[in-house]
Amino acid sequence: MTAALQVQNLNRSFGALNVTCDVTMSLERGARCALIGPNGAGKTTLVNLITGVLAPSSGKVLLNGVDITTSSQAARARGGLARTFQINQLFRGLSVLENICMAIGERDGENNNMWRSAGAKRSVIDEALDHLDSLRLVDDALRLVRELPYGRQRLVEIAIALAQKPRVLLLDEPAAGVPSSESHLILDVVANLDPDIAVLIIEHDMDVVFRFAREIIVLVQGAVFTQGTPKEIMSNEDVRAVYLGQEGHDAVQRGGGHV
Amino acid sequence: MAANETTAAAMTPPRDAAATAARDRAAEYLVSRHRYRWAEALPWLACIAVFFLFPDRLTFGSQVLVMVLFALSLDLILGYAGIVTLGHAAFFGIGAYTVGLGAAKFGWTEPVSGLFAAFVVASIAGFITGWFLLRYRGLTLLMLTLATAIMMQEAGNLRSDLSGGYDGLPGLVFDPLLGRFDYDLYGHTNYVYALVVLAVVFYFVRRIVYSPFGQALTGIRENVRRMHAIGSPVHWRLVTVYTIAAGIAGVAGALFTQTNAYVTLTVFDFENSAKVMVMLILGGTGRLYGAFLGAAVYMVLEDYFSKLSPTFWQFGIGLLLVLAVLFARRGVLGLFEQAGAYFGKDKNKGSKS
Repeated sequence: MTAALQVQNLNRSFGALNVTCDVTMSLERGARCALIGPNGAGKTTLVNLITGVLAPSSGKVLLNGVDITTSSQAARARGGLARTFQINQLFRGLSVLENICMAIGERDGENNNMWRSAGAKRSVIDEALDHLDSLRLVDDALRLVRELPYGRQRLVEIAIALAQKPRVLLLDEPAAGVPSSESHLILDVVANLDPDIAVLIIEHDMDVVFRFAREIIVLVQGAVFTQGTPKEIMSNEDVRAVYLGQEGHDAVQRGGGHV
Repeated sequence: MAANETTAAAMTPPRDAAATAARDRAAEYLVSRHRYRWAEALPWLACIAVFFLFPDRLTFGSQVLVMVLFALSLDLILGYAGIVTLGHAAFFGIGAYTVGLGAAKFGWTEPVSGLFAAFVVASIAGFITGWFLLRYRGLTLLMLTLATAIMMQEAGNLRSDLSGGYDGLPGLVFDPLLGRFDYDLYGHTNYVYALVVLAVVFYFVRRIVYSPFGQALTGIRENVRRMHAIGSPVHWRLVTVYTIAAGIAGVAGALFTQTNAYVTLTVFDFENSAKVMVMLILGGTGRLYGAFLGAAVYMVLEDYFSKLSPTFWQFGIGLLLVLAVLFARRGVLGLFEQAGAYFGKDKNKGSKS
């Protein structure tokens, strides 16, 4: 069976700086993989290469066995690749419900229709409400996104990605910027994602990583430093030295309250 | 903690009555949003009232209606899709010259088919320029659209044997409307003609705005990065709406030529592009009726000030703009909405879309 997402010998440099060096990885269907690494390791760049925001200097990206290296972002999204952003990218002037309907409309090609009214297709609205229901956002459905507290906005960010019905989901620090009193809401959602979706999560908080991931990839200076199960990574002395030793250990000491 | 775990996992948790009510309320809002409201009849009633109240000012009235149509086309791209352009007069001018040249050089004097021709020609121009220019945004796009309009004007200047240059094509004669209604000195026919064209175009624009496609345009305006990420063919969407808006601007230009019975190269002026944008912002962007209010307020004041002081009338317009920017950021229509929200009992909830 082909992997949901494969990355082969991916490289990207900005001038003389190699931000991504020969990265090879793959996500099986239903994978729960965490991508960790110190600041500036190139984690977000890797997500941008996978989703097509950036073009790689060389290497390949395959989605369900299909080469998508030269596809547009939109084509990749329609092929089942969804992402959330490290900093919210929402339709702030629209209601929460409209944010979700937007994703469903683009997924179904509904948004090509210029004649029917946007509210005419009840199935779209009902599906959007189901998504909101499962994230406990129904009460906020008609509020403008910009009026919501940041933690709820983070949930909308995830809800949009889920409304795309992705087969591969890339979560870029889903709980970043959320006060620890609310972050459990987001982490519960992440922990209970559809088991069929292959998920790659970028996260600094080691508690989250060890709770969520079945596989961990450590990225250092743009290259895959090592990868393995949480146990292997935890006991890996080198990883401790470059990463856990500085940040992860502190986080554990603080009780995982990474802000 | 345990409760949270289960709700996120189950796609359809059991709902209580309150949750069902919240769902219905939310769904009802989206389902009913596009329906016509009573207040929407007001601008149309005002247009009809003008016909009876100011029978000797209808030539000016049709000029206002032409500008409303022009501003409406800009609203589609600026107000909804967030495309900033300083070259929208290019399409107005192309439409104006399509019927102008048609009448002067080819004897195409039938007015209604002239409008269709103007729509098609301006759309094609919109499609071609849009395809190249809409890869850019912000200031770059502003400069490029501006350059496009100037290039068209200079092309017309180069072939002043055809365009008539800045002296224009005077004394154009068009057939009676629908073969029956001839043009009178007071512009009655022209006014009704312009009003009917505006109403028809408005109907189409309103459908587009409230369609899923219109929603997608709003999405592009609100956050283009997210639109890419959810699989929206952003460039294609922008080119599509730009093409439509160019066509409508072309119709406005054609109507301008027909109701004035002449056209000069000044239709391509930067001033024309800027004026329509000022009108729209004055009235309120992204709400359709802002075009009505903005064009009407601007042109009536321009008319009034220019009679008051033929040399300094622009000072009045400038002052008005400063006041609008200071106190009415969302345009005159925005002021009305604020007043409505202040006095109404929460009735206008969610009026901003």
